[in-house]
Amino acid sequence: MATISLKDLVKNYGKVEVLHHVEGEFHDGEFIVIVGPSGCGKSTLLRMVAGLETVTSGEIFIGDKMVNNLEPADRDIAMVFQNYALYPHMTVRENMAYGLKLRKFSKSDIERRVQEAATILEIQDYLDRRPRQLSGGQRQRVAMGRAIVRDPQVFLFDEPLSNLDAKLRVQMRLEIKKLQRKLGVTSIYVTHDQVEAMTLGDRLMVLNGGYVEQFGTPIDLYEKPASIFVAGFIGSPSMNFLPGHLANAHIELENGQKIPTTSVQQGDAIFGVRPEHMIVDENGPIEVVTDLCEQLGANTLVHGVLKDGKTGIVASIQGHWDYEPGSVLGFNVLPDNHHLFDKETQKRLEN
Amino acid sequence: MVENRPILKIVTHLILIFGIVIVALPIWITFVASTHDEARMLQAPLPLLPGGHFFENFTKTLFGSGLAGSEVAPVWRMLLNSMAMAMMISIGKIIISLLSAFAIVYFKFPFRMGFFWLIFITLMLPVEVRILPTFEVVANLGMLNSYWGLSIPLIASATATFMFRQVFLTIPDEMLESARIDGAKPMRFFFDILLPLSRTNIAALFVILFIYGWNQYLWPLLITTDTDMTTIVMSIKQMLEAAEQSPQWNIIMMTALLAMIPPVFVVIAMQKMFVKGLTETDK
Repeated sequence: MATISLKDLVKNYGKVEVLHHVEGEFHDGEFIVIVGPSGCGKSTLLRMVAGLETVTSGEIFIGDKMVNNLEPADRDIAMVFQNYALYPHMTVRENMAYGLKLRKFSKSDIERRVQEAATILEIQDYLDRRPRQLSGGQRQRVAMGRAIVRDPQVFLFDEPLSNLDAKLRVQMRLEIKKLQRKLGVTSIYVTHDQVEAMTLGDRLMVLNGGYVEQFGTPIDLYEKPASIFVAGFIGSPSMNFLPGHLANAHIELENGQKIPTTSVQQGDAIFGVRPEHMIVDENGPIEVVTDLCEQLGANTLVHGVLKDGKTGIVASIQGHWDYEPGSVLGFNVLPDNHHLFDKETQKRLEN
Repeated sequence: MVENRPILKIVTHLILIFGIVIVALPIWITFVASTHDEARMLQAPLPLLPGGHFFENFTKTLFGSGLAGSEVAPVWRMLLNSMAMAMMISIGKIIISLLSAFAIVYFKFPFRMGFFWLIFITLMLPVEVRILPTFEVVANLGMLNSYWGLSIPLIASATATFMFRQVFLTIPDEMLESARIDGAKPMRFFFDILLPLSRTNIAALFVILFIYGWNQYLWPLLITTDTDMTTIVMSIKQMLEAAEQSPQWNIIMMTALLAMIPPVFVVIAMQKMFVKGLTETDK
């Protein structure tokens, strides 16, 4: 069990800097999710912690040991790869035992640990099979088993669920979370799936283009996104962004509509509101010309365009609704659900 | 394809049988010739049915001094020589190629690509092209008339290195990373992961290289002068040219037959893995 701290971490490939001064303190036993679009550097960051990529500058601590120059094997970590990377010529048992064998554990000790891990993951029946005789979900479990037999200080997950089908993914997601709770091992989990990130993480680190956009609990990120990027990335369907002008505690939208806000700032701004926070209200200040309605069962997604404007808007309304294309709907938004961003810096505007 | 056309079936079978006859006839004649006595083989027409001297010829060829009146080693000795040469060439090639492919794929060292191209260039320099300098080197090292001299110059192999490089490149990087996290040092990774994963390819390559080694003619002819070091492939030619005699076809054909057996055996024994090694993609 250990804390992890990243101090001013920089990674260069040749002359290109792909990670810019990443900072982070991960507590003991915490489940950290690093999330971001592809190419944002999240896997690179994870691989640096694993020791599979070199560190250009900055420091990585696991516990109180600086691990920059340690071999992966000496960092006391275990990693689960996207394609599982099971050794195809070894049985499940041998796969799980390999790391222990190389560390010169005694035969009885290895057997005991493998059995324990297999019991936790419910793979006792497959121990003598080869990976190719297993289904995707079972391989996933073996990969996890290989990680937990070693009883490492840190688990690293590199998009471990992206090769599974949707249903299995949800199931494994829950299991990973439960397992991590039970073992209490500090974990770093990389994913591009924001739902996975929200459900798994104790805290989320949102990366964009090699910069940390925001680092906080899922609810923090949802309620107080620090930038337009985070606001758009977290939540599905993503937040509506309406450009406007802030003046006198009002924001004036592009069509001249004025919405009262609590902000005292002035100037050009972006008004953000999540689809699920749009409330149908005849007298509401946001008027939308509807286009398509998508009925999802529990709720209906109404797609449309701001009246007299050109910004697309999505609203998510409880229940079944079907509006004729071209009808005008009014929406209201509670002040608590307003998000204001600076147009220049794209950062959140506080009151 | 599943088709049900009787005429097509007959035609295809006829073509196949015709092909088999063309391939098998010389081998049949070799076999028939090895079962007659010397006198019968010099009469026309050529016999097409086996005679009764097979075992007589067999023992005479294998353990006798081979051809009467010439100074050649007994055939068992030549078989042994050929076997030693073919095994040394194929195993040596496989070891060298595995190691050099391992170095080129998994290690970053200065001039890596330089070494890669250097190996590549040897593709254009088979023994026949560099025969004089190679002979000079082997002679200076005192390896004439030895198994080392027979095999070492033929061991360096670009093709096998390339094949293994290709095999290693299909093995996902995560395998290496996973092994590193498990605590495997490079050679351990090589023996525990790479070697088992390229097992079928090694088998396929072994078949090809064994036959390549077994069929060597020019090089053994050059560097062996001692009759004890003759290989079986070159001896057949020498038997034909035995001085002032009519060729003893029964003995020569028996020798040819014996020369065919080891490669055939290797192919049959490793056929399954051979096919797997050339076609399998599941890693």
